[in-house]
Amino acid sequence: MIVGAITWQAIADGLGLGAIYALMAVGIGLVFGVLRLVNFAYGQLIMAGAFALAVAAERGWPRWVGIALCFGVVLALSLAMERLVFRPLRGQSPAVMLVATFAVAFLLQSIALLWFGPLGKIAASFAELNQPVTIRDVDVRKITIVAIVAAAVCLVALLLLLGRTAIGLHMRAASMDFQTARLIGVDANRVIGAAVLVSGLLAGVIAVLLTVQTPLVTPDFALRDTIVVLAGVVLGGMNRLLSATLGGFAIGFVSGLLGGALPTDQSQYLPSFLFVAVILVLLVRPDGLFARRGDAMVQRV
Amino acid sequence: MRWSYLIAPAALVVLAGLIGTLFERSTEIYFINTLVALVVVVALYLFVGNSGVVSFGHVAFVAVGAWTAGVLTIPSEEKSALLPSLFPWLAERESGNVVSLLAAAAVGAVFAALVGLPLMRLSGLAAGIATFGVLEITHNVLRYYEKIGPGTTAFSSVPETTDLLQATVGGLIAVLVAFAYQNSRFGRQLRATREDPAAARAVGISVYRQRLFSFALSGAVAGFAGGLYVHLLPLTTEEVYLNLAFITLAMLVIGGLTSLWGAVVGALAVGGLDSVLAEAENGIGAFGRTIDLPAGSRIVVVGALMALVLILRPSGLTGGRELRLPRRRTA
Repeated sequence: MIVGAITWQAIADGLGLGAIYALMAVGIGLVFGVLRLVNFAYGQLIMAGAFALAVAAERGWPRWVGIALCFGVVLALSLAMERLVFRPLRGQSPAVMLVATFAVAFLLQSIALLWFGPLGKIAASFAELNQPVTIRDVDVRKITIVAIVAAAVCLVALLLLLGRTAIGLHMRAASMDFQTARLIGVDANRVIGAAVLVSGLLAGVIAVLLTVQTPLVTPDFALRDTIVVLAGVVLGGMNRLLSATLGGFAIGFVSGLLGGALPTDQSQYLPSFLFVAVILVLLVRPDGLFARRGDAMVQRV
Repeated sequence: MRWSYLIAPAALVVLAGLIGTLFERSTEIYFINTLVALVVVVALYLFVGNSGVVSFGHVAFVAVGAWTAGVLTIPSEEKSALLPSLFPWLAERESGNVVSLLAAAAVGAVFAALVGLPLMRLSGLAAGIATFGVLEITHNVLRYYEKIGPGTTAFSSVPETTDLLQATVGGLIAVLVAFAYQNSRFGRQLRATREDPAAARAVGISVYRQRLFSFALSGAVAGFAGGLYVHLLPLTTEEVYLNLAFITLAMLVIGGLTSLWGAVVGALAVGGLDSVLAEAENGIGAFGRTIDLPAGSRIVVVGALMALVLILRPSGLTGGRELRLPRRRTA
């Protein structure tokens, strides 16, 4: 009955959302790796970038200016967040850090509310990407393809950065054991700065992709998505970047798939099904679905 | 048992209530609001403060309590018009103010216990995300399931019985429950698990059982707070969601996570500040000048304050300690 409703269309929607959520999971997972800090305010970084795009579109500026503005705003905000909040809190208990990023998230959201009002703005500079292309009788929106390609490019670039460069090696060392990494000469501030920077770059990419999918940018833009991705990241397993990314992709794929396939009177309960599933999985595998067996349990929050 | 640990917070609650009587109705509402928020904060403290496990999910218990008390007290002759798709056994029932508050507490406790049964087995980050999941699920179901409540519309025709007196008494009850709990055998055992889970296990304390009991008890207090809320204003699902979760967590963190005194001080200080800012958003005259803040600036101020307190004084305004009155010397 439900299976009958799953079409190639819905699978394409699921893949598109999964790709975006996987990128968000990477952005959250990178910072968690080096700082052991769950950045609740990640969605608000994306929201700020989306507002930059909307303002640029409203003023009629060319697209590249909008994108440059978006990346500028997101990067400046991430670095400021690291300097003003993450750094003074380093060494605090993870519970305190989680609550602090929760506060930052609300702070940024209400600043946006003050600045732009609750109704939001339209970021429509890439509207033509919402046009469908037909592949073997299946209508796929161009943005779905763009999202999947962009995610693949970002992930490959990240793999190269982590695997082939000195700073990538340092980041991997720091996420395995920060203390030991420092002892053998890894510069803490540099590694954390790099992780925050890369995660900010990803937030910029996500802002561009998400505004094409939902052009109306409100102060709670990406808040929903962040909560779902956080659940996905924990579901996959926070201790490894790969398992966190897979978790993000899985939850995005499932919600995109079911959101397209279910009728409205069932899909309105989609968040409930999703979170019940997450809680059930966590009961069976508290370390995450894709965590390697034998990974040390890290109880930090 | 130090009685000052009870008397100081209780006196502060009574004082807030007394000061509230000095004002007219339009200002009094801020005091009532703050006192009801205080009940939520004390509920949150009861679990988070004593166990050291962060929960984002307590607002779910507030919501469930509010729905219980609201549905029970809407006059049954109006229910068929206001809530046409309600379950018949709910539509027939109608109870008074006190019964509805007790029912709200009971439903809050049962819901928390059921949810806690699986959840308290988790720890760390998984637990934090799972409590978030509980809030999401509760919000989602209450918003769309019209057989148990008003769905997307606001509760109307609920008797507005939460006046200053009821809010103050509610605050006192919450403080009393929290004090009794933290001085009980259970409270002390749970605090031992907070300080050192391994050592607590070694002396035979079941971390799971202690957390579960505390979770259910704080669910009862949170449900009770929900009952107070629904009797105060026409509630919708959006009022018992992320904003309330944020503001109550901010109150607890700013006051100091690990003491009842901190919970009460934080709730009243942030509630007071929030009220002044809310009034300023409507425009107030002070010192011959009109201050008119744009709507939404309250959360900016509270959010910034919370971040500042966390960075400069992570244990909160009270340092997370109870208030010690200087002792009179005897002999």
